[in-house]
Amino acid sequence: MADYKALYQEVILDHNRKPRNYGVLEHPSHHAEGLNPLCGDHISVALNLDRECIDCIAFQGESCAICKASASMMTAAVKGKSRGDAETLIQEFLAMATGKLDLDGPNHIGRLAVFAGVRDLPTRVKCAILPWHTLHAAFNSVASTSTEAQEDPMHAPIGNA
Amino acid sequence: MTTQPTAVTAPIIGSTRAFDIARIRADFPILKLDVAGKPLVYLDNAASSQMPQQVIDRLVRYQTTEHANINRAVHYLSETATTEYEAARRKLQRFINAREEREVIFTSGTTDGINLVMQGWGRKFIGAGDEIILTVLEHHSNIVPWQMLAAEKGATIRVVPMNDAGELLIGAYEALFNERTRLVAVGHISNALGSINPVKQMIAFAHTCGVPVLVDGAQAAPHLAVDVQDLDCDFYAFSGHKMCGPTGIGVLYGRAVLLEQMQPFKGGGDMIRSVTFEETTYNTIPHKFEAGTPPIAAAIGLGAAVDYLSSIGMPAIAMHEHELLRRATQQMSDLPGVRVIGTARHKAGVLSFTVDGIHPHDVGTLLNLEGVAVRTGHHCAQPLMKRLGVAATSRASFAFYNSVSEVDALIAGIRSVQKVFA
Repeated sequence: MADYKALYQEVILDHNRKPRNYGVLEHPSHHAEGLNPLCGDHISVALNLDRECIDCIAFQGESCAICKASASMMTAAVKGKSRGDAETLIQEFLAMATGKLDLDGPNHIGRLAVFAGVRDLPTRVKCAILPWHTLHAAFNSVASTSTEAQEDPMHAPIGNA
Repeated sequence: MTTQPTAVTAPIIGSTRAFDIARIRADFPILKLDVAGKPLVYLDNAASSQMPQQVIDRLVRYQTTEHANINRAVHYLSETATTEYEAARRKLQRFINAREEREVIFTSGTTDGINLVMQGWGRKFIGAGDEIILTVLEHHSNIVPWQMLAAEKGATIRVVPMNDAGELLIGAYEALFNERTRLVAVGHISNALGSINPVKQMIAFAHTCGVPVLVDGAQAAPHLAVDVQDLDCDFYAFSGHKMCGPTGIGVLYGRAVLLEQMQPFKGGGDMIRSVTFEETTYNTIPHKFEAGTPPIAAAIGLGAAVDYLSSIGMPAIAMHEHELLRRATQQMSDLPGVRVIGTARHKAGVLSFTVDGIHPHDVGTLLNLEGVAVRTGHHCAQPLMKRLGVAATSRASFAFYNSVSEVDALIAGIRSVQKVFA
């Protein structure tokens, strides 16, 4: 059995207790809702793109610690980044969560590696990736996304979950 | 029938009665497993139960020495398999005290049984403007088939409410009846809260209005003595895998007169008397509803499972599980920050709870690290979760092979979860 107690290490518990960028963003340029119907996790992500740069970002919702910490660290990681860099990070995070990313290779994961252990918990992968899904949906102006939606462009990568 | 409180709440005098927990546990090889380096504490029995060696052995014996297709050939193995399959039906008949063995239909499980009634009875006897009564406690499998039927026919679903403890409001139930009421579909025991519903009383009232009642017995058949004649229910559906049997097998009990009125749902071999391209005449019940080759091994395995349960005795099982529930409820109530969801006066061994500030999925993942298996989520009862105002709960559900020390391991596990988040 994998040592996934590491998943509940202090950095994740801290972001769960004191989520960063938590709240409402007035008049966002992009936003989306994310729902995991299997467990009821529900978050919304709103952001302002200023010349393809993420000027500000916020999230809100009801979710487990893994999902909330993932959302909190995601918003901290992509704030100030270009849309292209954020999309790259989304793909890398999804790959990591599903065990397809070589963490020793070149990547931009950084502190987000604390979520790597989730790949050993198939039932919890969706908790970690929901915020990233939702950010992707926001970029593409998809009004709402779901971890179960067939048309979801991210559905394939989480098929292993 | 043991829904009477006196039957399930009688005190256990000492713990050395005929109920020998150590001997029972020794029958279940899976209970010897370690999970995350800790002894497995399996408390997800409402989702699926474990299988004793006696049932495993029966499946092996069937596959090793008895298997062929049933109801077809004249050779030895086919006759043996047919005999054993029908013997299993008689065991199930006795287990639920059905009048006749032809009232016992083998299905793939509770969901299949409910859908069979929906397709075979509902589509024939429920029409536009008719009403179907369900309860807020139902599992999705006793909601969705009726919604599908209602949408197809233009019928209406009426829902029996409950109080905050998780007890159905019987006055409100009776007030739902009118001349358009065609069916009541109610769970015997709530899978999410453990409430034992007063189905006997509800059936008696429905019958005064001439309305038949389907009981979803998925959570009751493994945990208390079910007597379909005493209940006087019209249909009773349950699953094998929740009562020490294999997956893929279940039973639909139906009153013979109703089964005979029903259209078959699946067409195929075994369910026919004669077939020409012009016309087919159907077989008699129960075969009319068992098209194709059934799960023969699973049915025989379920027969062995009810033999096993009967050897312990359903009243003894109910009593032991009630003691586990009582102990767990009391200890959990003493834990700060833990709330028991569902406090009906009459409950079976299901304990739903929430821990302040910790999502049920985190509770479940961290309990697993202690070897403790519980279910977390909405328990396929989203309308109920909405009524309770929670997105999800954690649920410990007991079987007769669970021990008092496993209850203590659950409580210790919850304390350790709280420590992680402290």
